Amino acid sequence: MMHRLPSYAMNKPARGSLLGIEHLEDKEILGLLKLARRMNPLKARPLLRNKRIVLLFYEASTRTRSSFEIAAKSLGAMTTLVQSSGSSIEKGESLLDTGYTLRAVGADAIVIRHPAAGAPHLMAKHLDIPVINAGDGMHEHPSQALLDAFTILKHKKSLKGLQIAIIGDIYHSRVTRSNCHLLSRFGAKITLCGPPEFVPDVAATLSPGLRVTRHMEEALRGADVIMLLRLQKERLAGQKIRLQDYVARYQMTAARMKLAKRDAIVMHPGPIIRGLELTAEVADSPQSKIIDEVHNGVPTRMAILARALGKAK
Amino acid sequence: MANDKSKPGSLLIKGGHVIDPAAKINAPMDLLLRDGRVAEIALPNKIRGGTDEKFDARGLMVAPGFIDLHVHLREPGQSYKETIATGTAAAAAGGFTSVCTMPNTAPVVDNAEWVAWLRHAERGAVVNVFPIAAATVHSRGAALTDFAALQRAGAIAVTDDGKPILDDEIMRAALRLGAELNLPVVQHAEDTRLTENASMHEGPTSFRLGLRGMSAAAEASVVDRDVTLAQQIRESRLHVAHLSTSDALKAVRRGKRAKARVTCEVTPHHFTLLDEDVGEYNTNFKMNPPLRSASDREAILVALADGTVDAIATDHAPHATHEKQVEFERAAFGITGLETALALAITKLHREHKIPLPRIVDLFTAGPAHIFDLRGRGSLARGNFADVTIFDPKKRWTFEAAKSRSLSRNTPFDGWQFTGKVVATIVGGKIAYRAE
Repeated sequence: MMHRLPSYAMNKPARGSLLGIEHLEDKEILGLLKLARRMNPLKARPLLRNKRIVLLFYEASTRTRSSFEIAAKSLGAMTTLVQSSGSSIEKGESLLDTGYTLRAVGADAIVIRHPAAGAPHLMAKHLDIPVINAGDGMHEHPSQALLDAFTILKHKKSLKGLQIAIIGDIYHSRVTRSNCHLLSRFGAKITLCGPPEFVPDVAATLSPGLRVTRHMEEALRGADVIMLLRLQKERLAGQKIRLQDYVARYQMTAARMKLAKRDAIVMHPGPIIRGLELTAEVADSPQSKIIDEVHNGVPTRMAILARALGKAK
Repeated sequence: MANDKSKPGSLLIKGGHVIDPAAKINAPMDLLLRDGRVAEIALPNKIRGGTDEKFDARGLMVAPGFIDLHVHLREPGQSYKETIATGTAAAAAGGFTSVCTMPNTAPVVDNAEWVAWLRHAERGAVVNVFPIAAATVHSRGAALTDFAALQRAGAIAVTDDGKPILDDEIMRAALRLGAELNLPVVQHAEDTRLTENASMHEGPTSFRLGLRGMSAAAEASVVDRDVTLAQQIRESRLHVAHLSTSDALKAVRRGKRAKARVTCEVTPHHFTLLDEDVGEYNTNFKMNPPLRSASDREAILVALADGTVDAIATDHAPHATHEKQVEFERAAFGITGLETALALAITKLHREHKIPLPRIVDLFTAGPAHIFDLRGRGSLARGNFADVTIFDPKKRWTFEAAKSRSLSRNTPFDGWQFTGKVVATIVGGKIAYRAE
């Protein structure tokens, strides 16, 4: 028999790294959610005083970047923003060399957003400081899934048995991948809904108990939570799908809201495009928790950073 | 090593078990090599007379020298990845006495001068090098190269490997011209219109990792078209490189049933690994064609056993560390393979899947020799070239990438424990490699 020795394996990520939800243990997820509930950005303790956190953003971001920055500063840490434009990345510096450089200037942790799936994993395997994935390509966006779970649990007693409909461009969505891993792990029943271009059948293999449907009615009937995704107009080019057809079939409207449970909540990782994936009426309805999610991003990321730097007390 | 570099003397390989599928030999035999040729093959202790050297092959298998139809030795132009000297040293260590080099170098080998350059003694090859030349100018897929001139210079086949010949008319013209010259056209079957920005097989693993996938159909559709063309064009010779999918095998079977001259090769990594083995974005598991699904691998194992597959080829594709230690999507495609091919074949195909050793030897010798008409090779018949591979099918060992003779280290098999090891590689009657 042949078996593998671990010699090709690189180093393990540093303790406190958060690369994705898929391989995160249940107790870690629960611990982070518990810690997040105790975090208050208005009354924060300076747990991370003198810590240096680098926000390394290779992609545009409003919510994630600002909330990681505010989370870090609320805990007393210093932050530095490094973006691909205006840095040596523009000159062709490799991801690992950028990582080594940031480590050398004294970074205690790196929060990274990158258009390539697995970029945070590569960095984590070669650095001895925690790496936090703030979104990698189409792969994962673990802090978003944690803040979504945090938000859901503010409105629902438990994730177990919840009917969750996720509607839209699942294929390109790292948020959905992370959410599916997290929510199905704790017993939620997830239905993915959209046209085959956005919801290929293979999507059902992502985590246990996933269901795929092409019909909004099927996804929404009895739903407790409705998660919408931005329709990425730039990605429609070349796709067979036409915008007005998509809107007709999959836009979240007040009429369709009636199919869901009366106390169903509507979520969206943002940015939202009113009139496209949802109507303004839905976005501004009392059932919409879209702004709550953004708000909850700060304590959730405070918890992630505190855990990363060993101050999760 | 033989003392006289220029003139191989005689070498008696004694006490071994000869497996020579082309000659239907699978028995204890002694083998006498003289002046670079097979002088005699006979039952044990029947060869008389003195020899310069003796090789004690007791307990070992003695086979015709292995032939690898598909290697990237990176010269000209990319000698930081591999050179002909280092690549052929790795080949010898893997039991290969002949390698066929792919033309996607810098510049592309699309003229007779570069073909001659590859074959020049100054390159320092320690095994036979048979260049495969580009099928189209700069391998751009637009205009055919001068097949006749390339063939005269020593090219044994044409291909645009690394890229497909996609255009129907160009492929038809290539097969036609190949038919006139009796020159095989080797296809890298990938409909690149369907694989843009893709970095692994399309399936549950690619979806989970958020990587764009290459569908099995992107390979099979090209093979299907090519087989149809090969059936239409009399005497044309189509060879499908690194075949990796079940559906592509169906097309090859269709061609073979129709008596078209269609052949195919399979790599050790495709009969060993699966798409899910990329794990957490391990770029040493990234190659093109990509690692496929379990059902594709199953189909390949069946086809290796039943004769649909004609040869095992490594697609040895060395890359420097800085080309692999990057984001998965940006990492270079390809892995090294020369030094692990036989070990994988014995460990996986023979021991695990019970494919008989003679069939495996066939896939490394007579099979590939036949595909490219390498006359006098692939069998140990008297008068043939004295290319011999001696291996121990029971030897257990651990492959260490750090000790590879290749200039590069991009292998997924570092640290793997194998059964079956090359003991000596003899090229033209001279020992090119001998295990310590």
